[in-house]
Amino acid sequence: MNAVALTPKLHDCRDAFAAVLERLGAENNKVVAVCNDSVGSSKLGGFKSKFPERLVNVGIAEQNMVGVGAGLANGGMLPFVCAASCFLTGRSLEQVKADIAYSNANVKLVGISSGMAYGELGPTHHSIEDFAWMRVLPNLPVIAPCDSIETTAAVEWAAQYDGPVFLRLSRVGVPDLLPVGHKFELGKANLLRDGDAVTLIANGTLTHRMMKAADILAAKGIEARVLNMASVRPIDVEAVIKAATETGAILTAEEHSTFGGLGSAIAEVVVAEAPVSMKILGVPGIFAPTGSAEFLLDEFGMAPAAVAEAATALIARKKTGA
Amino acid sequence: MQTTELERIAREIRIRDLQAVFEAGAGHIGGEMSAIDIMAALYFKVLKLWPDQPKHPDRDRFVLSKGHTACALYVTLAKRGFLPEEEISTFLKPHSRLNGHPNCNKVPGVETNTGPLGHGLPVAVGMAKAAKLTGASYHTYVLTGDGEMQEGSNWEAISSAAQFALDNLTLVIDHNRFQQGAALSETNNLAPFRTKLEAFGWEVLEIDGNNMSEVVDALQHRSTGRPCGIVAHTNKGHGISFMQDKVDWHHKVPNAEQYKIAMAELEEAL
Ligand SMILES: Cc1ncc(C[n+]2csc(CCOP(=O)(O)OP(=O)(O)O)c2C)c(N)n1
Ligand SMILES: [Mg+2]
Repeated sequence: MNAVALTPKLHDCRDAFAAVLERLGAENNKVVAVCNDSVGSSKLGGFKSKFPERLVNVGIAEQNMVGVGAGLANGGMLPFVCAASCFLTGRSLEQVKADIAYSNANVKLVGISSGMAYGELGPTHHSIEDFAWMRVLPNLPVIAPCDSIETTAAVEWAAQYDGPVFLRLSRVGVPDLLPVGHKFELGKANLLRDGDAVTLIANGTLTHRMMKAADILAAKGIEARVLNMASVRPIDVEAVIKAATETGAILTAEEHSTFGGLGSAIAEVVVAEAPVSMKILGVPGIFAPTGSAEFLLDEFGMAPAAVAEAATALIARKKTGA
Repeated sequence: MQTTELERIAREIRIRDLQAVFEAGAGHIGGEMSAIDIMAALYFKVLKLWPDQPKHPDRDRFVLSKGHTACALYVTLAKRGFLPEEEISTFLKPHSRLNGHPNCNKVPGVETNTGPLGHGLPVAVGMAKAAKLTGASYHTYVLTGDGEMQEGSNWEAISSAAQFALDNLTLVIDHNRFQQGAALSETNNLAPFRTKLEAFGWEVLEIDGNNMSEVVDALQHRSTGRPCGIVAHTNKGHGISFMQDKVDWHHKVPNAEQYKIAMAELEEAL
């Protein structure tokens, strides 16, 4: 039989988010959406038409938006505070720290169009610092789903979790990778492919690129393990140690700076618990040039072929112990 | 320069801007069209500047706080000789220095990086305060969106500017009545701006921001002992009839047919 190369359907995870939010809104009249003139970009149009009184648009005022979210939670509502991730995390960082994380407010922060989704709009609109900024804050789980199925699961999980959550979503299309009906578990990685030569770990828009890189490696007889690690905090310590001890090398990729993100979180575990060779792919500590998200990911060595090449080099390093 | 000449330049900027947004397939056309008369007046009449010496210490400062309308600034700067006019065709292209928000480290004539709303005015207050401290004679202008004024940082800066008696600072609010998703009045209505600015101790002028002679007069006005605010009543999408006052045109891109109609309208006005 001839293999037919099917191009998988790509999903904008904001649609999955909006669908769950609208369902939650119908089930629970405490659910409110809070936004900053971002009804369209946060895909809140449906929610707004169904529950107009529960769409709280504070205007272009993100610090106010996060504070209002904390107050709504205090008053017994279940707020989903939605805004472009760059502004939600950067502009309102102290509100997130004091009003949400430190106060342990039951607020779900939803960072939309994270990473380099706003590629051409330039570094002010790139949100490639948000893992770092959010994951240093106590009480605040940091989650970056890799597909629409995991987005659905993570939003459902966040709604029933009693405490603050940061969900990091993209608008860049991704194929579905996880099985339909998948349940999200905080702090648990998903084994998408097993192997023993090297472990590739990613989340968000990078997980499917890792799967493609693993295919390229497999064609050369190299079996790579692929872990999807949506939960950046808490990190799945057990899965990281297992990957280190069983495969001896870890390569990470993220739509984020190489400073302080997923790779750093994994390296913190590796260094302390099971030192092995590692390589962290991401935006290498610079303000990125102009270009689309996909262009920039390729530019920074995260095209599947480049990832496979980096993995091959890492495996060689493991052998020489260099 | 005569008013009619400035009006012609503004229309040429509109035409080049429309073409750039159409070709790039992205941009913020509505807020560009509303603000272009103000930018044309500044760069071709009001600002003291040296295009070949963009860092000249005596230059007047202009901060485009509504950085999403960068394309209009690029076109204006190019027309005024700060960068090659051909370069506009690289807008948003990979590795172009002309990204969706202006970068002062790459684009001559840009004073500070903007894009997140609510940054330009505080920086402009610092520029004006520096002139007071050093005795420099330059004037500082900053252009914000009306929706942008919802950012609290602006009101902190408005208070500082009055406290510092910055009569070398002019804030222009592009009051086109629309923000990204809706009208201001349906979101978080700050209008009227005049009474709010006056309450902070500013002198306030209210003008038709798409009327060139009113724009020039207001920009040339000097307050004494306090900062000056210009509430510029404009139309979002000004100059292109089907875009005017339609919230969709905040960042919609015209299709080929709409492009032709828009171009014809702008060219007819030339
Ligand atoms: C801090 C911040 N929040 C949100 C945005 C996204 N955004 C870009 S333009 C815009 C609307 C701006 O409206 P207004 O200031 O009225 O500008 P204009 O009508 O002149 O285009 C928004 C919300 C942003 N750039 N910065
Ligand atoms: Mg406006």
